[in-house]
Amino acid sequence: MVPAIASELLGKALVAELTVVGSRGEPVTYPLIPLWDGEKIYMTSSILFSKKLEHIKADERVAVTVGGQVTIQGTARVIEDDLHSGWAHLLPLWRAKEPIVDKYLKQRFALPLFWERSVIEITPIRVHIWDSNNVRTVEVAS
Amino acid sequence: MTTALGQFEKDQETILAFVADDGFPMAEPVTANVDGDRLSVATRTELPAGSEVAVTVSHIRPQPGIGYDQRRYTTAWGQYDSGAVSVKRTAGWDEETVTFFEYCERSVPRGNAYLEQLSEERGYEVKPKLSPGWRFFLATRVPFLSATVIPVFLGAVIARFDGFSAWWYVLLALLGASAIHLGLNVVNDIFDEEADDANTTPTPFSGGSRMLQYGLVSRRQMGLLAGTMFGAGIGIGLLLCAMRGWSLLWLGIPGVLLAYFYTAPPVRLAYRGIGDTAVALGFGPITVLGAYFVAARQFSWGAAVASIPVALFVMLILYVNQIPDRTGDAIAGKRTLAVRLSKKAIVGGYAISALAGFAAIPAGVLVGLMPWPTLLGLAGLPLAWVIWRRIDRDYDEPYELMGAMGFNIGLHALVGITLIAGYLIAI
Repeated sequence: MVPAIASELLGKALVAELTVVGSRGEPVTYPLIPLWDGEKIYMTSSILFSKKLEHIKADERVAVTVGGQVTIQGTARVIEDDLHSGWAHLLPLWRAKEPIVDKYLKQRFALPLFWERSVIEITPIRVHIWDSNNVRTVEVAS
Repeated sequence: MTTALGQFEKDQETILAFVADDGFPMAEPVTANVDGDRLSVATRTELPAGSEVAVTVSHIRPQPGIGYDQRRYTTAWGQYDSGAVSVKRTAGWDEETVTFFEYCERSVPRGNAYLEQLSEERGYEVKPKLSPGWRFFLATRVPFLSATVIPVFLGAVIARFDGFSAWWYVLLALLGASAIHLGLNVVNDIFDEEADDANTTPTPFSGGSRMLQYGLVSRRQMGLLAGTMFGAGIGIGLLLCAMRGWSLLWLGIPGVLLAYFYTAPPVRLAYRGIGDTAVALGFGPITVLGAYFVAARQFSWGAAVASIPVALFVMLILYVNQIPDRTGDAIAGKRTLAVRLSKKAIVGGYAISALAGFAAIPAGVLVGLMPWPTLLGLAGLPLAWVIWRRIDRDYDEPYELMGAMGFNIGLHALVGITLIAGYLIAI
């Protein structure tokens, strides 16, 4: 279980920062919509912006920062058996944060490559909760 | 560099990221301030001097019930030392300076490269999906058929006004002309591939269908589609020649040649700055007179004169649609009028051409070759004025210009339909 504050922030945040390890070992950060099912963090990425997917495939270790208060470290895997619709099961979570997504999806023919998407599934390992002076770290029980 | 760091001065949501000793990336919410080419950061983490870090600032504006807008982020990479980061490079995106659509278009090569990589890994081709119906619809650009439908019906209605009626032949002519038009659109995509590749601001009205760029069809499939369309159009044309008279070839042969060589080498009319003229001839006199001939088995000066406004307004569709394409076209050596001429000349040219198109209507009436109800065609004047103003205002903004491009297609339809209505009233 992740701490309540992390769960709450993941549930309501419209954007979170995903940090991955780049090809030279450098940190690389991407703002993305976090989709939280209470156990794992999901993010989706169009193939148009696929660099992050390559980084994750090369090194599964990632960090997600949300709400300027919490950083979740974990391992990520890229799910892309079906780029066209393999992410559709996440639509209810996506819709809750970006209701206009349904309208965009109806016009997917206008930007077909944008809607060819991979799913990034992140399993939390530890949560860092930041306050003004300190950080508190909580291990997430598997 | 200071300019690239500008976002740090206006937005607050900042994180400092680094790779920790255990190999995991770590990211800490921080405050950052720009100090020349350095970022001063207040961090709670003890980082060794020289640590490679990435500082990212991001912003969105929540829009309840919709989602969000005003997306922007900047990441600055550099080395950390004593509360400051010496910035070496930056990257990011601000949708106010690069629209979401342009951002996506610029990323198409990356998307295609990723699909190729997946294909290599899996041992079979991984391609984006789109239904065959949508692929046909998009590759042939069916909505542009109004440019064919209007002159065919105008020619047929003028023939009816002159006492000739042969609607089944006219419908067959419409089918043939439409096939040639759709074939022309596909051929354009094949031979404009370099210009379309270089175009990062395509719109629904310009920049081609993008089917090749998106990997939704192959060049071979596009070639087959173009061949089928041209084959069907030529076949129908020959059938009409056999049934209505071989004089139709005087229009059919130039029509097909103009359609094919609009972009095809070695002629490449559009690349020589005379694509507009070719479009005016093809979708004006050739189509109007062709439809007239099919119905009447003879030619008509009245139909020729009535085709002038339709020719000029269809030409103006292309003329305006070339404006947002001009950067990519110039790179590919496609020297359209929009590439060759200044903004002032293009905007002025629109006004002169539109006025000439409207002037042709009362002129035709005055010389007795068009009935007076066709003066209804002048109803498009206010719309032309609106379009002209918008072209001037949005000339350098491809996505803003979409309004003028849409209205411009509507103007051609409005003038064409009111001319048709004028003839119907006069019958």
